[in-house]
Amino acid sequence: MPTPVVGVLALQGDVVEHVGALERAGARAVEVRTPDDLAAVDALVVPGGESTTVIRLLDRFGLTQPIRDRVRDGMPFWGTCMGLIVAAHDVADLEQPTLDLIDVTVRRNAFGRQVDSAEVPLAIPALGAGPFPAIFIRAPWIERTGPGVEVLAQRDGHGVMVREGNVLGTSFHPELSGDERVHAYFLRMIAAASVFS
Amino acid sequence: MNGDGRQTGTDTVKRGLAQMLKGGVIMDVVTPEQAKIAEEAGAVAVMALERIPADIRADGGVARMSHPALIERIMKAVTVPVMAKVRIGHLGEARQLQSLGVDYIDESEVLTPADDKYHLDKHGYTVPFVCGARDLGEALRRIAEGAAMIRSKGEAGSGNIVEAVRHMRAIRDGIAELSALPREELVARARDLGAPLELVREIAANGKLPVVLFCAGGVSTPADAALMMELGAEGIFVGSGIFKSTNPAAFARAIVDATTHWQNPDVVLKAHSSIPEDAKAMDGLDIRQLADHQLMASRGT
Repeated sequence: MPTPVVGVLALQGDVVEHVGALERAGARAVEVRTPDDLAAVDALVVPGGESTTVIRLLDRFGLTQPIRDRVRDGMPFWGTCMGLIVAAHDVADLEQPTLDLIDVTVRRNAFGRQVDSAEVPLAIPALGAGPFPAIFIRAPWIERTGPGVEVLAQRDGHGVMVREGNVLGTSFHPELSGDERVHAYFLRMIAAASVFS
Repeated sequence: MNGDGRQTGTDTVKRGLAQMLKGGVIMDVVTPEQAKIAEEAGAVAVMALERIPADIRADGGVARMSHPALIERIMKAVTVPVMAKVRIGHLGEARQLQSLGVDYIDESEVLTPADDKYHLDKHGYTVPFVCGARDLGEALRRIAEGAAMIRSKGEAGSGNIVEAVRHMRAIRDGIAELSALPREELVARARDLGAPLELVREIAANGKLPVVLFCAGGVSTPADAALMMELGAEGIFVGSGIFKSTNPAAFARAIVDATTHWQNPDVVLKAHSSIPEDAKAMDGLDIRQLADHQLMASRGT
């Protein structure tokens, strides 16, 4: 297949880190700020950032419904930390709107505030044997998963990497780790999706 | 290192939180209600303070860390990260804020310095620090001390962008100059900058700071924010510019929109136009009219 064009939502957050990691993993990466930008990509990554901010900006700049429509039509989607919160069905104990792209409930800042942010060697069988250097920053965990959701990694008994069909979520930041295995995994999801489309 | 191999307080996680704030606006707030207005407008973090810089400037006297109960109330009011300021070199204040669990500490020239020679050794803390800089030498000294994020100093509470522009240009020009120097000149340049050679070599090789760089000091309109992003800021601190305007919610939202879409003048225009015409930006100060002892940016170099 031709090199996929992966959009990185660029309203706020660690956008260039994802762009760099996607390109090292073999994709072409572009920034997405408008519905027109979104229409031109094969897949979308929502990076780390502040979920309360980004959910408002998605609405303000007319991206909420176009993203929902594309993902429901099968566009591969990956959210990291903020991106996972934005993609979740709902947020535990908070009246926070979401895009509802994956049937999980997340709990924000579940591992603590910034002083509890940590680097953790994480077992992710889907990526092979070696532990993944997972970087958790004011990270959420996954408190509930729907029947179609596969938990790909756990920390302290809570899901931190999940997948439901074309939607992937990680509560940590592979884009900061210098290890592109999760980015490569997402590119394989894109390749598989394009075979059937 | 903990039982599960977990490491807290590493450079990666301290610098990492600032990476998550990029492209966003961090707003000074003095009450939980203001914090909620800031969050609603789309702020990525708030700076919890007793007085905003314009009032600190007007009141005079010694400006200290805010009361922990106020900071705690603000932490409970919002879900975005909460930052708070300590006086330069004041480890007693910094240790308190770390125990309180604030997400970032600003070792700030806006407060009255506690130590007129030395900044904190910030490596020894789990909580990350942001520090101000007027030029590349100051920025690199703060990074060497452990700062995980750098901001321009501007002239806080002045409502005047000229100092922030000067500082952003100085930092950017300093980096561009290092990138162009032959390797044998870097030792002498490190001496002139008053910065460690390892950091100077890193900047020369990468053409950028190893930590996130925000603009602070004097931002009071959407166009100010767009200007600073164009000059290389990765995000914006707004101090007095929002809650010293006559319509904080409108200014806050417009500055957020302009920061997000700084590359698109149509959106910046729309953001500015969204502020009612009768709403006034904060009153500004002509910095040339200030006496040397009234300047904050020259504190802690």
